[in-house]
Amino acid sequence: MDTPELFDGYGPVVGFDEMFQDGAVRSNYGQVHESFDTMGADEVRLRADSLASSYLEQGVTFGVEGEERPFPLDIVPRLIEAADWEHVERGVRQRVLALEAFLADAYGPGELFADGVVPRATVMTSPHYHRVVAGLEPANGVRVHVAGVDLIRDGNGDFRVLEDNVRVPSGVSYVMTNRRALSAALPEVFADHRIRPVSQYSQQLLAALRKAAPAGVHDPTVVVLTPGVYNSAYFEHTLLARTMGVELVEGRDLVCRSGRVMMRTTNGLEPVDVIYRRIDDEFLDPVQFRADSALGVPGIINAARAGHVTIANAVGNGVADDKLLYTYVPDLIRYYLSEEPILRNVDTWRMGEADQREEVLDRLDELVLKPVDGSGGKGIVIGPAASKDELDELRGKILLDPRAWIAQPVISLSTVPTLVEDGIRPRHVDLRPFAVHDGDDVFVLPGGLTRVALPEGELIVNSSRGGGSKDTWVMASPTDPDDEGEVAPTASMVAGTPQSAGPAIDGESGGLHVQEQEQQQQQQHDGGPTC
Amino acid sequence: MLSRIAQSLFWIGRYLERADDTARILDVQMQVLIEDPGMDERTSCEQLLSVMGVESYTGNPNRWMILDLLAHNADSPVSIAAAIGASRESARRARETLSTDIWAAINTTWRGLPAARAMRSPDMFAWVRNRTAMISGIADSTMSRDEGWQFYMLGRSIERVDMTARLMSTAALASGPQVAWPTTLRACGAYESFIRAYRGIEADRQAAEFLLLDRWFPRSIVSSLAQAEKALTKLERSGQRSGFSDEAQRLLGRARTELEYRPLADIVFDLPVEMERLQRSCAAASDAVTARYFAEYEEHTWRGGVLL
Repeated sequence: MDTPELFDGYGPVVGFDEMFQDGAVRSNYGQVHESFDTMGADEVRLRADSLASSYLEQGVTFGVEGEERPFPLDIVPRLIEAADWEHVERGVRQRVLALEAFLADAYGPGELFADGVVPRATVMTSPHYHRVVAGLEPANGVRVHVAGVDLIRDGNGDFRVLEDNVRVPSGVSYVMTNRRALSAALPEVFADHRIRPVSQYSQQLLAALRKAAPAGVHDPTVVVLTPGVYNSAYFEHTLLARTMGVELVEGRDLVCRSGRVMMRTTNGLEPVDVIYRRIDDEFLDPVQFRADSALGVPGIINAARAGHVTIANAVGNGVADDKLLYTYVPDLIRYYLSEEPILRNVDTWRMGEADQREEVLDRLDELVLKPVDGSGGKGIVIGPAASKDELDELRGKILLDPRAWIAQPVISLSTVPTLVEDGIRPRHVDLRPFAVHDGDDVFVLPGGLTRVALPEGELIVNSSRGGGSKDTWVMASPTDPDDEGEVAPTASMVAGTPQSAGPAIDGESGGLHVQEQEQQQQQQHDGGPTC
Repeated sequence: MLSRIAQSLFWIGRYLERADDTARILDVQMQVLIEDPGMDERTSCEQLLSVMGVESYTGNPNRWMILDLLAHNADSPVSIAAAIGASRESARRARETLSTDIWAAINTTWRGLPAARAMRSPDMFAWVRNRTAMISGIADSTMSRDEGWQFYMLGRSIERVDMTARLMSTAALASGPQVAWPTTLRACGAYESFIRAYRGIEADRQAAEFLLLDRWFPRSIVSSLAQAEKALTKLERSGQRSGFSDEAQRLLGRARTELEYRPLADIVFDLPVEMERLQRSCAAASDAVTARYFAEYEEHTWRGGVLL
């Protein structure tokens, strides 16, 4: 065959590659690499095509500028070793707990300001600080019901935190659908590994939401609130509602009556106790925020203040995932938990501080500049890739509003082999693990969403910038007896049960004419009613 | 269940049935045009458009125009393409309540539409019939018999009454009934059942009777009305000793008894008028369902801080 081998022309890789080290396959990727090699390029492409078309048929899509696109899933899985994962899991849990403590303090007594951990102005000037929820105590003390913490691996392969998302982190649905799709596409590779399952996420989330119900409600009605079908994450909203077995509501399905939130049903208005909202704060309640928003529910904040409904995640969480506050998280961990940070931040300069700004303005062409309230990679300027004019414009913006910017060194994200036009090539990845806090414990879903920057050398991995994704396999620890790992459907399981046959199908029960027997055999052969 | 979701399910049922039945109607019409050379194409097409409720069009109606307006043109609200698009949009809005199977079946149908539109017409109609049958089958075997199912069945049954009425009007309007009735029966998938039920004796009158009144044949008007009434009864929680509090139930029940207890000769005497009356009952019943179950949507909008 003339088809070039899949891994021909891979590398050389700049930075840390998760499958190869000095040209050799790392031991944990041995079986995956061998399976792909054995399959060969044509077979791999065939399977990748069927993967893509199955996503189209199922409508596993996300919206870009109003258009539905299939969510791209690469066929090469990403592997994370049990020990590495354990480190990530502890680190994420620690971060979530520190951010919870910070939010409770910032909207409550404000001790951290008095103790000089974070300047009061840093929090109060954040566009995401909402005075309207100050003093509002959540039912079980939880504000961060769901967190998505973005991680990267640096040149040494160490996980570092890039940012925290404690408002409405999205992407978890793709973790679940990617797993199902990939296990169907690569059953034999899957069966070679003990992979920790991801399907329990919805149940964990539902349990956490139920525990967050207002006091005195024993069987709470939980709903998922979506902006509607035109939202880019609408697929995710439907998947979460469906797998939790709760209603997916739009703002217009809800109405507030005497301090309670009710939904319009075929039996009239019924009360709602917990709202897992996937609408940003600013659109949630036209009474409190944007009066022109048609997405939200007038009066919902008052109902929450009255303690009649729980909004998850809590309103005002944005102050905790502001990129400026991010620079203080290691201090918050030390302050609130008396622990050293398990996961390190990426080195960051605050432009609001004069000496740091001086240094950065001198080295703009070497650094990455990020707006503190940007999301989805918006507004990021990568110094080495920017023109002189762009840098001058950036300099102007920073001087105009220094608080709005942070700077970080260019970090070479780790790479993982990815199927592209030319074969399998290294592509940059990040990782967003998802955590659910139920008030007693923080559950971290094993794996999370690995996003891939598909264009060569591209460092921004967001799906809104054409990024893809990978199924992320966290290996079960050999010492963990509770976790059996996910089992791929195998041929023997599928074909295990003998099918019951129709009357006299084997032709041996006698009395049948030869012609009839032939017809029946023909029928079986054609996949007729007996199959 | 949420009013909005109930409404979506109702309309999924209606749109899928509409796509199916429109394909059946067009199939009849095209066959009649081909098999009956003496037919005036323009008059027959005008009649079809009027039966389907198309009032504004430009030019002389011919078979190509009909195919465009009733099958291909997604901008024409009565087309198969529009019905499939609308069913998919309704399904997308109710997605969390649908089984994955049924959603994938509807979505795949919608995605297959461009390819189907490139087929020869009879093949496209067969494709539409097969796809909608497949979706019904999946719905039948994967949807829980809860309120959502009742709304889906209600929408489907009301639409089926409406469309079978239109189908019968089409047959009645055709100049050569000796061609039209067997073709109509075939389009309904009823030909063999009919032949068996009437022991091979074919007559227009019996064919009409079969499609109108047969209690065993699932596409007959009486069966579909009974099906719709059954769904409404299940939805009506508080069983009443007498009468009907539900307007839709009253309307459909009246339409059914008027068919069942009047002499057949009366009904078939002026079939098109009779069928139009039935369609109006369907529209009124649909409005009553909307008012009763979906209208919890008080028409309020929030603009500039004022509740309008």
